[in-house]
Amino acid sequence: MEYKTLTEIKEAIHSKKLSSCEITKYYLEKIKKYNNKINAFITILENQALDKAKKIDDEIVKGNIKNLSGIPIAQKDIFCTKGIKTTCGSKMLENFISPYDATVIEKLENAGTIMLGKTNMDEFAMGSSNETSHFGDVKNPWNTNYVPGGSSGGSAACVAAGMSPCSTGTDTGGSIRQPASLTGICGIKPTYGRVSRYGMIAFASSLDQAGVFTRTAEDCAMLLNEISGYDSKDSTSSNEPVPNYLEECRKKFKPVKIGLPKEFLDGLEDSVRKIFDDAVLILEKSGCRIKEISLKTSKLGVSAYQVVAPAECSSNLSRFDGVRFGHRAKDVSTIDELYKKSRSEGFGNEVKRRILVGTYALSAGYYDAYYIKAQKIRNVISQEFREAFDEVDLIIGPTTPDSAFKIGEKLDDPIAMYLSDVFTVSTNLAGLPAISIPMGLKNELPIGLQIIGNHFDESKILSLSHHYQQITDWHSMMPNMETL
Amino acid sequence: MTYQAVIGLEIHVQLKTKSKIFSGASTSFGNEPNTQACAVDLGLPGVLPVLNKEAVMMAVKFGLAVNAQIQNNSIFARKNYFYPDLPKGYQISQFEIPIVSKGSLKIRVGDDFKEIRITRAHLEEDAGKSIHDMFNNDSAIDLNRAGTPLIEIVSEPDMTSANEAVEYLRTIHTLVKYLDICDGNMQEGSFRCDANISLKKSTDTKLGIRAEIKNINSFKFVEQAINYEIERQSEILDSGGEVVQETRLYDPAKNQTRSMRSKEEANDYRYFPDPDLLPVYIDDQDIKSIKSTMPELPEEKRIRFMRDYSLSEYDTSVLISDKNLSSYFESVIKSKKLEPKNVANWILTDLLGLANKNRTAINELPITPDRLEQLLIFVHDGIISNKQGKAVLEKMWDTSKTPKEIIDSEGISQESNENEINKLVDKVLENHYKSVEEYMKGKDKLFGFFIGEVMKESKGKANPKIVNKILRERLKK
Amino acid sequence: MDKKTILKIANLAKIEIDDSKANEIKTNLEKILNLVDEMNQVDTDNIEPMSHPLNLKQYLRDDEVTENNKRDLFQENNKNTADGYYKVPKIID
Repeated sequence: MEYKTLTEIKEAIHSKKLSSCEITKYYLEKIKKYNNKINAFITILENQALDKAKKIDDEIVKGNIKNLSGIPIAQKDIFCTKGIKTTCGSKMLENFISPYDATVIEKLENAGTIMLGKTNMDEFAMGSSNETSHFGDVKNPWNTNYVPGGSSGGSAACVAAGMSPCSTGTDTGGSIRQPASLTGICGIKPTYGRVSRYGMIAFASSLDQAGVFTRTAEDCAMLLNEISGYDSKDSTSSNEPVPNYLEECRKKFKPVKIGLPKEFLDGLEDSVRKIFDDAVLILEKSGCRIKEISLKTSKLGVSAYQVVAPAECSSNLSRFDGVRFGHRAKDVSTIDELYKKSRSEGFGNEVKRRILVGTYALSAGYYDAYYIKAQKIRNVISQEFREAFDEVDLIIGPTTPDSAFKIGEKLDDPIAMYLSDVFTVSTNLAGLPAISIPMGLKNELPIGLQIIGNHFDESKILSLSHHYQQITDWHSMMPNMETL
Repeated sequence: MTYQAVIGLEIHVQLKTKSKIFSGASTSFGNEPNTQACAVDLGLPGVLPVLNKEAVMMAVKFGLAVNAQIQNNSIFARKNYFYPDLPKGYQISQFEIPIVSKGSLKIRVGDDFKEIRITRAHLEEDAGKSIHDMFNNDSAIDLNRAGTPLIEIVSEPDMTSANEAVEYLRTIHTLVKYLDICDGNMQEGSFRCDANISLKKSTDTKLGIRAEIKNINSFKFVEQAINYEIERQSEILDSGGEVVQETRLYDPAKNQTRSMRSKEEANDYRYFPDPDLLPVYIDDQDIKSIKSTMPELPEEKRIRFMRDYSLSEYDTSVLISDKNLSSYFESVIKSKKLEPKNVANWILTDLLGLANKNRTAINELPITPDRLEQLLIFVHDGIISNKQGKAVLEKMWDTSKTPKEIIDSEGISQESNENEINKLVDKVLENHYKSVEEYMKGKDKLFGFFIGEVMKESKGKANPKIVNKILRERLKK
Repeated sequence: MDKKTILKIANLAKIEIDDSKANEIKTNLEKILNLVDEMNQVDTDNIEPMSHPLNLKQYLRDDEVTENNKRDLFQENNKNTADGYYKVPKIID
């Protein structure tokens, strides 16, 4: 099968060289073949996908073709899907069948996509390695001894392994960009408020954003066109008009001024530094001006994030109490017991840890020192970005300080785990859009380049990414799945 | 030892919006359990709140009515605690920056007015209902009410007796009904009150430790609960003990307050701004236009009624206590053919009497203002007597016939012809000539007897005023 | 952070802490709080706390009933209901 990108698949479907059923069957076969080794999927929707593919093909024959008709997609199991299990990677929602569709799901379904399944993820989106899922670890298709990153590990791995041409993810502190970096694919986190959060199970409400994984920046643009836009069901979604991202990124490339924060180079390992320098050189050769800037407070992003995210999640997860849905403990005799047992049985250790930290940070006597302080740091970080964007159009750096780490390596050291998010968290705190695109391999493991834009500047980001992908080949590389 | 009671009230007012404060589910009362709890109300994973415009308008109206400051930017905050009728495990409320702050209103204390300061009023969502006596081993949870908009009105502890507290409660109750933001139905739980009570010696500057009495839902219970609590705390202090700061429930059956077991541990609510909602922005222009839609407030009406209609304090109070009643009254006197005081009497005594007897609400009276006006004009003109008027009123309750139709069909009329009455007076004075002699000699109270006899002679139809006039002339000494 | 605080926090969050695990949790939480304490490197006295990354105002929805009764759907997979009510162990107030 020669089709790898959405652009290619779409063209083939429109020109009737390919049917939805054919392409869907192709990916379902891949899933059957590789998912045992990768564990990217929690739920595979074979019958449903084939049914929809058939319907789409019938519609196409009648001349009804939508923007994404026939495109298979994997959905992160954090998005509520009506009538289908939505587990959020947790025992708490192991058997939860959502009675409604998330807005993102609705939009993609209406655009004609075919849902292949729900992907594995760190429990309640809390994690950077997909090692906290109730449904087992996800493996990095490049080397199954290594993590794919998290929390959207399953969504990243299935695209990297060729089990799906694209997938959705969510990014709260880097949960799209970091796995994209570690698995060698493109992953974009839009501006906060660009995409509706309705139906996306909340982790940290002021940081969460839905985004996508694809093989190319162009494909990102194609999907972003469909999922972006104001949703009256989400009070935090923005009214900002949605440009045609695909058209914008395909326009003739105009070189931009790019900022390189010196803090993003701090302590970078030599081989990673070399890969990054090569990428910078290519951008310079394209006519872009690289300017050194300073984002002094970005390092404190991790600290601030480790207060804000747990605080918000400690409250967001209070609804999981065993009463109306979700896991309910048996043999309890008081309401207090019901709560404590259901939650203790239903949540994993990382989730419990974050709930405790968050509860502590909000509690009387600590609120000012922790929560308020963190929100102030957030303001400082945002201010620094604002000033930087007065001078430059985009900001770049490596997405992660290193390539993938081994499974189990950081599990016992939560701090080490949190620090792997150091380059990504500040963009969530500031609500800025950012993408990770592949820029090289270190010891046969991918590593990504992060491009950060100002609010609602996704077009600029995609344009630069697309241009980079026309003069480099990193985005085409795929792991050898046969050797797994 | 007599202590000074220091009382503050927190009143929860359910706003009469059609839909909930953060979702599009219905707020109507009394339906099958959990049929009005949508995904957002149930706190399902992934759902988000969206604010109801009308709830905001109503809160602003209240703020304007108590001369409070309206916040241009107010913030919703989460109040975190676990209870099964609180689906999300937090209540969306307002904490540091409420929509309404610092207002006041006046209450009547005897013949005087006292100002009670209002600390703040904020918007929040109501919780569902827990019913503990439905099943044997379980409590039953109904989330229909979850998400109904409330404003919580917090007063300063300016009240010093149960009476003042009840008066304040009544004043707020009337006000919110006037503003048409709440139906004031205490049985259905649309208007609830918590009372904070502490005692101090008159020489103390510091306030005593206070107890909170929760969820009292009638004026009578508020009075009883507060009085009980004042006594309870007095006894504790008299015996040298300390009042425990706690939450208590009022038990109307036993007329007691008791500690709430579930609230024994101090709860740390961990308030923080709700990240799913943005600051609520109302500019001064919006506030101005809301002000222009506000009705005349009870105080303004009171002043106007007493001034323009020369009504007594008491009559005014009753008339203005219900906006429907005061507008009914004003409809009847609109044409200026009748005397306001007289009309007020008829409404307050006779009409309300019938309404009570028939358990009819004031906005559902079967006698329209213009029908009442017609009847009263007949009485005023002497066509029928007062007494006859009352009888016609009763008949009017059950039919839609006009007073004229009833008077004509029943042949009710009053004899106002002076010649005719003279004949009757002649007859009576002739028959009772002995009594006439006694009256002339000084037994004045026989005058009433003569009136009675003339009325009897006329079978009640003689116009009493004319009888009176003629008798006076004839019995001139 | 002492054990008593951890237990108090765990109770507020309705999470059971195994006594044997309490120390491990304490150590982990302390590490996180050390990381968090680094925020104090920056003076933020004159800075406002930021709750939302964008300067948006709350959208106000018209007061209309847009939801109908979906109780059966919502209670479909829940065995702990009766006569439409949700059931929990009896609470004594």
